[in-house]
Amino acid sequence: MDLLEYQGKSLFARIGVPVPEGRAAATAEEAREAARELGGTVVVKAQVQVGGRGKAGGIKLAETPDEAYERAAEILGMDIKGHTVHRVWIEQASKIKAEYYASFTLDRSAKKHMGIISAKGGMDIERVAETEPEAVIKVHIDPVMGLTNWLATEMVYRAKLDPEAARGAVALLKKLYQAFVEFDCDLVEVNPMILTEDGQVMALDAKVTLDENGFFRHNDFPEFAKEHFVPPVERMAKDRGLNFIKLDGDVGIIGNGAGLVMSTLDVVSLVGGKAANFLDVGGGAGADTITDALEVLMQDPSVKTVLINIFGGITRCDLVAQGVLEAFQSLDLPWPIVVRLDGTNAAEGREILAKVQSDKLIPAATMREAAEHAVRLAGGEVV
Amino acid sequence: MAILIDENTKVVVQGLTGKEGRFHALRNRDYGTHVVAGTRPGKGGEEVAGIPIFDTVAQAVEATGANTSMIFVPPPFAADAILEAAAAGVGLIVCITEGVPAQDEAKVYNYVKQTAPNTMLIGPNCPGLISPGKSNVGIMPDSITAPGNVGVVSRSGTLTYQAVHELTTHGLGQTTCIGIGGDPVPGTTFIEVLALFEADPETEGIVMIGEIGGDAEERAAEFIKEHVTKPVVAYIAGVTAPKGKKMGHAGAIISGSKGTAAAKQKALTAAGVTVLDDPTMIGDAMKELLGS
Repeated sequence: MDLLEYQGKSLFARIGVPVPEGRAAATAEEAREAARELGGTVVVKAQVQVGGRGKAGGIKLAETPDEAYERAAEILGMDIKGHTVHRVWIEQASKIKAEYYASFTLDRSAKKHMGIISAKGGMDIERVAETEPEAVIKVHIDPVMGLTNWLATEMVYRAKLDPEAARGAVALLKKLYQAFVEFDCDLVEVNPMILTEDGQVMALDAKVTLDENGFFRHNDFPEFAKEHFVPPVERMAKDRGLNFIKLDGDVGIIGNGAGLVMSTLDVVSLVGGKAANFLDVGGGAGADTITDALEVLMQDPSVKTVLINIFGGITRCDLVAQGVLEAFQSLDLPWPIVVRLDGTNAAEGREILAKVQSDKLIPAATMREAAEHAVRLAGGEVV
Repeated sequence: MAILIDENTKVVVQGLTGKEGRFHALRNRDYGTHVVAGTRPGKGGEEVAGIPIFDTVAQAVEATGANTSMIFVPPPFAADAILEAAAAGVGLIVCITEGVPAQDEAKVYNYVKQTAPNTMLIGPNCPGLISPGKSNVGIMPDSITAPGNVGVVSRSGTLTYQAVHELTTHGLGQTTCIGIGGDPVPGTTFIEVLALFEADPETEGIVMIGEIGGDAEERAAEFIKEHVTKPVVAYIAGVTAPKGKKMGHAGAIISGSKGTAAAKQKALTAAGVTVLDDPTMIGDAMKELLGS
C-alpha cells in the first residue's frame, strides 16, 4: 500500500525521523487555520498517490494564513494525472541549504536489505543513477544484523554529503531504517532529505510503501486506505476479497492463482483478443466467490464476454461450476461465459455445467480453445 | 530417482491440528507419503488420525526421525516455525503458508543460511513438491502427475498444475515437480533446483515456469548457459500484464531493465532454452526435445 506523503510523515514522526511540523487540511478554511497555528511561511502540498505533483502546480508557498487559504482553494479539487486532490498538507517552509536522497528497500536478487544514498537529491534519482552512477551509493544490509552505526556512517561519507550534515544524516538514516523494519515497509524513500541553514537534517518528503502482509502487527494501518483513491469497481472487488485489476480490453477474465490468470491474459492476447481485467479468485474459491466475481464484472460496461479459467488444486471445480449454475439462475448476465475446468473434481464440475440450459454458456476443453471462443464472442478475430 | 523427496522422506507437519494442515497432510499420507508426526505446543501426546502430536519439532525429530517439515501455521507464526524446524536439524523445510511479511522472510532466510547452511527451505507461499509415485509434500493435486523423467520447477501455483497436466496428457511423467513460490524472498530459487535436476540421473528434461518481476529468471538463464546440459523448456507468465505495483524509484534502480517478460524470454533464449509463449504447448515442446 502506497501512503500519501502526510501519512508517511506521520509514521516517520512516530519513530523519530525528523520532519517539518505540519497539519493536514481537507478545506481551504482548515488550511488557513493550520497556517495560523504553524506561523510564518508555509508550503501547501497536494496529497496524491502519484509523482510529479510539483510540476503539475500541486505545491505552493504561502506567506500568510490568507494566502494559505487561497493556495489551498486552488489545489483542492485539482486533477493530477487522474487523481483528484482531496487533501493538502500544510507545513512550515524550510530554509534549505542542500538536498540529498536516501531510501531503504529489499534487494530481491541478493535477498538482503538495500540502503541507497546520494548527495544529489531533490531530482529524479533514476536519472542521476544513469548519468552519474558513482553519485548513487548502494549498500547491502544483513537483515539479521540490521543497519549498524558504522554502516550508516559509511553510507554518509561515501556519498560525500556536506560535512556539517554528517551527524544528522547518520541519525536520520538509522531512524529511517528502523521505520522500514518496524512498520513492515517494502520501501521508505526520502527525496529530498535536506540540510537546513541552521544545520538540521530532515525528511522533506516521504514515500512509504507498506507490506499488507505485516498488517497483523499494525492494527491501525488499514485505516490509511480510507484516504486513498480507489475506483468503485476495484473497491467492490476488494471488499469481496477478490484480486482485481482493470485493463483496457473487452474479454472479462476470472481465474484462480495469479500465475494462471496472467497466463490466461497472455493466451487471449496470443489468439488476437484483449483482456478487460485481471481477476484472481485465489485458492479455495466456493460457489459464492464465482457469483461475486461475475457481479463485479457486470459493473464494467466494456466487458463483452467472460472467460472463466480454473485449474483446481485447493479450489474444487464442482464448486466453481455450482457458482456458474447459480449465476445463470439468479443474475441477469449480460454476456456469454466460456468456462474451462481442469484439476480437482473437474469431471463433476462439467456435469453440473451440462445442467445449465442456456446458449450463453460455452464449455471449452482447453485453455487455448477457451481463449479462442471468448475472443470470437467478443466480436474479435482469432489469429 | 527423484530430487529432494522420495520414499525415504519422513514428514513432520507443523500445524497438523489446524484445518488446512490436517486436510493436506492426510491427503499426502493417502498418497503414500510417510507423515510421521505433527507438532502443536500443549498438545503433545495427542494424535490426529493416528499421527502422533509433539510439543516441539525437536521432540518429533528425536522420536520419529523426521527429515522434512511441512509448515501450515498461520502467517504471524510461520517465520518462527521455520526457525524451529531449522534448529531441530530438519534438512528440508517446506513452508506452504501464504501471507508471511517480507521483513520476516528476509530475516529468517538469512539467519537459516548463516546457522544451518545445509538446510533447504522451499517457500513460503508455495504449493510444495511431489515426486510422483513416491512422495507428495504440499498441496499439489497428485491426480494430474505421473512418474517419469521430466523435472518441473515453477514460481507459480496453479500454473504449475497447468504445466504438469500438459506433460502428463502428452505421456510425459515427472521425476519431481516443485513450486518455489512467488514471494519477495523465496527460500529456494530456480538455480538450486536446476542444479539438482541436472545432477539427477533420471531427469532427462526440465520445465521451468517463471513470472514477471525480479531477476530470478535472468539469473537462472546465466546458470543454464554454464551448467545445464539437459533440454529446458520455459514459459514466462505476464507478457501482457500491466506493470505491477511500482516499488518507487529505489526498486527501479535495483532492477533496471530487468523484470519484464521480454527481458526474461530473451535471456533464456540466449541460454539455449526453448521459450514458449503459449503454456498449452509445453507437452508438445518437451516431447519434441526428448525425441519421444
